Amino acid sequence: MAEKFINKKDFISNLPKIYGTYTGGFLIFIILMAIAEQAGMDAKTIGIMFVAFTVAIYALIGWISRTVQVDAYYVAGRQVPTVFNGMATAADWMSGASFVAMAGGIYFGGYTYMAFLVGWTGGYVLVSSLMAPYLRKFGCYTVPDFIGTRYGGNAARFMAVVVLTLASFTYVTAQINATGTIASRALGIPFELGVWVGLVSILLCSMLGGMRAVTWTQVAQYIVLIIAYLIPVFWISNKNGFGFFPHFMLADEVARLNDLEATFGLVKNAAADIKAAGVPGGLKSISVPHSDVPAGGMAAWKFISLAICMMVGTASLPHILMRYFTTPSVKAARKSVAWSLFFIALLYTSAPMLATLSKISLLDPNLPTGLIGKPIAEIMQIEWVNAWINVKQAFIADFNGDGILQLNEWFMRGDVVVLATPEVAGLPYVISGLVAAGGMAAAMSTADGLILAIANALSHDIYYKIVDPKADVRKRLLVARALLIVIGAAGAYIASMRITSILGAVAWAFDFAMSGLFFPLVLGIWWKRATRAGAVAGMIAGLGSGTAYLIYVGPKFMAQTPWLGIDHLRFGIIGAVVCLVVMVVVSLMTEEPDSATQKMVDEVRIPSGKTILGKAH
Amino acid sequence: MSNKERHWEKTKGLMMLTLAIWFIFSIVIFMFGESLNNGSFLGYPLAYYMCAQGSIVIFVVLIFWFANRQEKIDEEFGFAERGEDE
Repeated sequence: MAEKFINKKDFISNLPKIYGTYTGGFLIFIILMAIAEQAGMDAKTIGIMFVAFTVAIYALIGWISRTVQVDAYYVAGRQVPTVFNGMATAADWMSGASFVAMAGGIYFGGYTYMAFLVGWTGGYVLVSSLMAPYLRKFGCYTVPDFIGTRYGGNAARFMAVVVLTLASFTYVTAQINATGTIASRALGIPFELGVWVGLVSILLCSMLGGMRAVTWTQVAQYIVLIIAYLIPVFWISNKNGFGFFPHFMLADEVARLNDLEATFGLVKNAAADIKAAGVPGGLKSISVPHSDVPAGGMAAWKFISLAICMMVGTASLPHILMRYFTTPSVKAARKSVAWSLFFIALLYTSAPMLATLSKISLLDPNLPTGLIGKPIAEIMQIEWVNAWINVKQAFIADFNGDGILQLNEWFMRGDVVVLATPEVAGLPYVISGLVAAGGMAAAMSTADGLILAIANALSHDIYYKIVDPKADVRKRLLVARALLIVIGAAGAYIASMRITSILGAVAWAFDFAMSGLFFPLVLGIWWKRATRAGAVAGMIAGLGSGTAYLIYVGPKFMAQTPWLGIDHLRFGIIGAVVCLVVMVVVSLMTEEPDSATQKMVDEVRIPSGKTILGKAH
Repeated sequence: MSNKERHWEKTKGLMMLTLAIWFIFSIVIFMFGESLNNGSFLGYPLAYYMCAQGSIVIFVVLIFWFANRQEKIDEEFGFAERGEDE
């Protein structure tokens, strides 16, 4: 019944109505919770209600979207309209880290950190002009499917799967970790259990319906996460009289922060002092300016090089590229990239505003919420300060022993900026519950996309294309689902061991992807002369050199001095350049691709006509 | 030159132009962040504003513009898709 319903044209044309009703329902749920809070429902119950209610809805969507068809499972039947695919991509893109940690990153890192903002949005220009429309015309199910067909042979396909798995798996453990943290906090269960609750929620959304189910849950998750992000930003700004529309009206606050930094002084604490005071790990104090640009060419290069890595990485990450395989046409794929970035920009342009609001609330002595310059004994009486210090998310170290809180004596974890700001600004608890639901939605949607990208590549490219090309549909989908569980469980197991810190930064996923995949993808479309040997050699050399360089400079590995400021967050620059050079040289040394391949590239370049790969392959 | 080749030439031209604009607003302006910050927009220091909002908004507009231009090119040479879309 549901199978029939969701395949009908009616379903697609009714989407605005369906998601409109859903959004209305969610807003009513928020209001009901607010009323319940007034009636005396306690904070813990509200948190549980928010997370449980939203996850139950996602699971329901996942169940309704179940399918037994290959093209529905891999590419959502290629019928996702542009705007909805934009929302799904935005949810796919914005991870738990974007939602919870980005504002905190800006809070502590100021202008320098905002290179991530530029990088994580600018990459979409590359996606739209170089990649998405052509990959859509190709008609592949996965990114390695394109590499394998364009260059031919199992070696190219296999290498693409290796890069995809490495990049996506680096990313996914962090996401499962985030769902575990939020689930454990909201439901009041231990972290180790929270991770598995998170995993079950993630699999409920993806297992039965593959890409189709993930698409429709991601749209639902986007709606929750954007509401949860924007309401506090607007509310705090209006409540404190900073401005009706914060994005255009916080200039005075940014200028005021500049003055306050001059008054308080930006002091970088010595590592020995921090250790002696017993500051818990991961907590930071403000030591860099909010809006000032650090001086010197090296600082500018660090900003630019980070932005380049994030942009090129964005255009190489398979879980994002595969979202554009689901649109009905090439034209729709292009438009859909634009809508994706529009929906992403709604959150990304709000993050600096939230960081500003949060910082001014804590720093400005003229505001009732200001902490700096007040007696520590007095601050310790504040309820939220106590609560966050108790869970080791905030800390006070009175270095100079004067009993007054200085700027460099207030430590907190970056996540607190998003999680605690509503509480600090005195908003009702219902908003904190909403923020928890938003963080859960952000982490779940990204984890779903990543796990599906890995499982699809392994099931389609390794199992079906290489191991058992005769497998029937039933068997292929069975393998795809089994892999989904195995990969999810592996991610959850690693997350529950709490060893994620050694797996490194989210930025690594971008660097791995750009080292191995960017040029094979781009040149596969834009350079007919690119050969199989060139692509295979490029992927091996790019990934190999990038990884070797990471081990050379990585602080947890050999920790050698980076070359030209290219540190472990930026190793993709080395990998991608090596990949390009090797790929071009080897391609020119080998015989040019046969006429069938050249003709295929010609076909990819025009939107009209049949896709290269059949509807179901 | 065949119809296909001319279509591809124009497509390449649009791609280069799009990437040139992208390059300016993602990389070039941030080479001069320090002096850029002396200017201001909406009262914000300019370099701060560009990475907080300015460049992001430009990217969104740029991609919409690119998609429309490319559609025009495809139509001009008769390579636009027919039937199913949106």
